[in-house]
Amino acid sequence: MAEALLEIDGLTKRFGGVVAADAISLMLPAGELHAIIGPNGAGKSTLIAQLTGEVTPDSGRIRFDGQEITNVPVYRRSQLGLARSFQVTTLFPDFTALVNVALSVQAHSGHSFRFWRNARNEIALREPARAALARVGLADRAATLVADLSHGERRQLEIAMALAGRPRMLLLDEPMAGMGPEESIRLVELLRALKGDITVMLIEHDIDAVFALADRISVLVYGRIIATGGLAAIRSNPAVREAYLGEGAANG
Amino acid sequence: MSPPPKPPVRTGWSIGIVTPRIGLNIAVIAALAIVPAYAALTGNAFTLTLFTRVVILAIAALSLNLIMGFGGMVSFGHAAYLGIGGYAVGILAKEGIGSGFVQWPIAVGAAALYALVVGALSLRTRGVYFIMITLAFAQMVYYVAIGLDRYGGDDGLTIYHRSEFGGLVDLSNRTVFYYLCFGLLLIAIYLVWRVVNSRFGMVIQGARSNERRMRAIGFPTFRYRLVCFVIAGAMCGLAGALLANHTSFISPAMMHWTRSGDLIVMVVLGGMQAMFGPLVGALTLLVLEEGLSRLTEYSNLILGPLLLVVAISIHDGIDGLITGRRGG
Repeated sequence: MAEALLEIDGLTKRFGGVVAADAISLMLPAGELHAIIGPNGAGKSTLIAQLTGEVTPDSGRIRFDGQEITNVPVYRRSQLGLARSFQVTTLFPDFTALVNVALSVQAHSGHSFRFWRNARNEIALREPARAALARVGLADRAATLVADLSHGERRQLEIAMALAGRPRMLLLDEPMAGMGPEESIRLVELLRALKGDITVMLIEHDIDAVFALADRISVLVYGRIIATGGLAAIRSNPAVREAYLGEGAANG
Repeated sequence: MSPPPKPPVRTGWSIGIVTPRIGLNIAVIAALAIVPAYAALTGNAFTLTLFTRVVILAIAALSLNLIMGFGGMVSFGHAAYLGIGGYAVGILAKEGIGSGFVQWPIAVGAAALYALVVGALSLRTRGVYFIMITLAFAQMVYYVAIGLDRYGGDDGLTIYHRSEFGGLVDLSNRTVFYYLCFGLLLIAIYLVWRVVNSRFGMVIQGARSNERRMRAIGFPTFRYRLVCFVIAGAMCGLAGALLANHTSFISPAMMHWTRSGDLIVMVVLGGMQAMFGPLVGALTLLVLEEGLSRLTEYSNLILGPLLLVVAISIHDGIDGLITGRRGG
């Protein structure tokens, strides 16, 4: 078996009486594209938030690349190579697309206590940023303010920013949400191209995209993982059909 | 290869390469440069006094713009740095240490240290809490100054000798002092411009725009914001040292909370995130104040509503007005 890049062990988080994460354990080998599906309120976003460090688990451990990161701060996890995209696009609206990505490059190129040189035309920041924009198909939108980008373009920009930090692993929180069919197809193509190079945890409601991309799928219901496995196993799992796929297909 | 980037679209207008913003900046700089000559010609010494004050408070407003305009940190206690810088000069002068080489670094250092303490505590909060904490700290310093009986307490303290620089510059010469302040202002504007566009500045502006996202992409934002806060405090401490020399007097009134409010008004009036905005704002506010107070004793009744109109109608201040940039 390939070495695990991400190991989640007994992760538990309660908000009052609600158990948002109930002893979640998962192993993601390097290079895997692992999808998490589940109905609304299943705790998918809470899981992501614990992995990125925005929410501290009540108990359980997270190991990334052999290192315990359960109590490591958000920015440090990003520097270790754990990048994320947000469910609701949260970019820097008053900057251009290029500057948004350049900031991400800058975050991963040493400290930023550099007070003199103009960062806006620094080749070392701009070139990798341009490359990341080109990778997601936004090369010709580099000089556009984020405020003037379409919804789909902003989602692509989210991915470009995550990629610009040369991450080992991507946490994608519903990257297809609100995208048109054409944009979704392009994003699926992009993720397919990344497969193998970068380990991906994909949280997504678009079942077609999930089945088109995922190596393995975990099904999260009420904070618990009720099944993990390959596509065929998940499709035929009776508990999954009952809890999610049967009714979930109707709800989108 | 990707195509070359298109230049960003500007909604403003221009005459040749001179945009209205550059035009206004040049006009302001030129006007300030000839103030001493004008004052000498007309024999009106007060003009020089007024504009020295404009230039010094512009440095203070500039430092506020660095954290407030570019960094999104609305400090409502910025006058405290003026006071700390001023009191450093005044206290040292009273204790017989008249050298500016000692006074000024201590003024700047004390203000920076104070900023470090205030920043370390206040930058963990957001929004209105941040505003209240910076105000509370400034009020604390204000009351400490009132309690300093040896240095005049509530009445303040007269400084009998301006800072001495060993014959290098003579600050008691009003024209020399004016040009020194003016030169320091220009240097400060240049420094802020460099800092804002550097990698450090990008982190500061990114944290204003979306701090959560900045942490998510790997920036420990707190330490950058704290350093920015200290830089602004140090710069304003220098303005305080200049102000004490200018008025030859220090008193707690230097750091009354209304003074902090004035500095915010200058920044907003001139245009946040505009490099020359604080200078334009300080100039406009102080000259308006002076002019209106000569016309009527109810000048604030006119000034107040005027500022209200400006704040409501033009989001980016005077800079927004002339560049046609609409704020949000």
